[in-house]
Amino acid sequence: MTAMTDNTTHSHAPVAQAAQPAAQAHGQQHPIKLYLLVWGLLFVLSACSYLVDYFDVQGYLRWFLIVVFMLLKAGLIVAVFMHMAWERLALVVAILAPPMAVLVLMAMMAWEGEYTNYLRAFFFGA
Amino acid sequence: MTAEHVSTEHVTTEETLRSRMLGVVADWSSDQRSFKSASWGKAMMWIFLVSDTFVFSCFLISYMTVRMSTTVEWPHPSEIFALDIGGKKIPLILIAIMTFDLITSSGTMAMAVNFAYARERRKAAILMLVTAFFGAAFVGMQAFEWSKLIHEGVRPWGNPFGAAQFGSSFFMITGFHGFHVSVGVIFLLIIARAVWRGDYDVGRRGFFTSRKGRYEIVEIMGLYWHFVDLVWVFIFAFFYLW
Repeated sequence: MTAMTDNTTHSHAPVAQAAQPAAQAHGQQHPIKLYLLVWGLLFVLSACSYLVDYFDVQGYLRWFLIVVFMLLKAGLIVAVFMHMAWERLALVVAILAPPMAVLVLMAMMAWEGEYTNYLRAFFFGA
Repeated sequence: MTAEHVSTEHVTTEETLRSRMLGVVADWSSDQRSFKSASWGKAMMWIFLVSDTFVFSCFLISYMTVRMSTTVEWPHPSEIFALDIGGKKIPLILIAIMTFDLITSSGTMAMAVNFAYARERRKAAILMLVTAFFGAAFVGMQAFEWSKLIHEGVRPWGNPFGAAQFGSSFFMITGFHGFHVSVGVIFLLIIARAVWRGDYDVGRRGFFTSRKGRYEIVEIMGLYWHFVDLVWVFIFAFFYLW
């Protein structure tokens, strides 16, 4: 059981028990194999999103595929390369929750952009 | 074994979401430091990256707004960023190469972090130099792309292909991203030099901070570098592919 408390490096396990953490910095060390796997996956996903353009997929399918590949790539980079998967939830929440406000701004500006487009077409007759 | 234990699906860890959420409350209310597993340096880099996320989000959202609101047809990035290779016009090929280049640099950076923590400083420094090389190559390709477009008459206030807002969005977004990559290359070279010399083994003081550094700086540097790659993922999707 003593091995359980000693996970400064090497291990994939969370650093400390959730409720009673040790207040100490630690090194993020994970198998090179994992990085190579993620690297390969990022290559494949990038190739996929490039192929969407190469084969000129259009319409909703195009947007859907682009967003799916984009989110998968972003997730892999943040989770593995930036070690978010091994950070404590307090940090994860503090980093990932605020950018959600961006979605609100995006929705508002999409609404606004649509309206401006309508006004331009209506008054200037595009 | 209680029924609760049996019903837990991810058996690799005993933590349930509930206890992890209790951990969030405990960490934030513990009257000392909220980020138990992150040093102040790492936490500050993360917080900077959050603020940078907002900057890039604002650029991308303003691009979305002008693209939605214009009544003039938006230029086709697929054709504009095509290159003639061997007499064939290949759509968006330069951007694809830049994407693979940046991903590769992220891979070498991740491995550099690993070797830095393993105290294999030569390997770490070399991998950081490789990362810097790919970063510099990216900036070079971007310079090529910019000069090609400027030559074709793309300006922040107009272009021969369609909606005038294309030029301003393009120069603003890719320019700001390229600036981030350039700063990252400089940052990488500085840290790689310190790692190569073994500054963090002998406790040599930094030229700027006058403090002793730790190998953790490689991971913090890595966070910045991966973030630059992350931003490119979004630019690639929204600006070039959409």
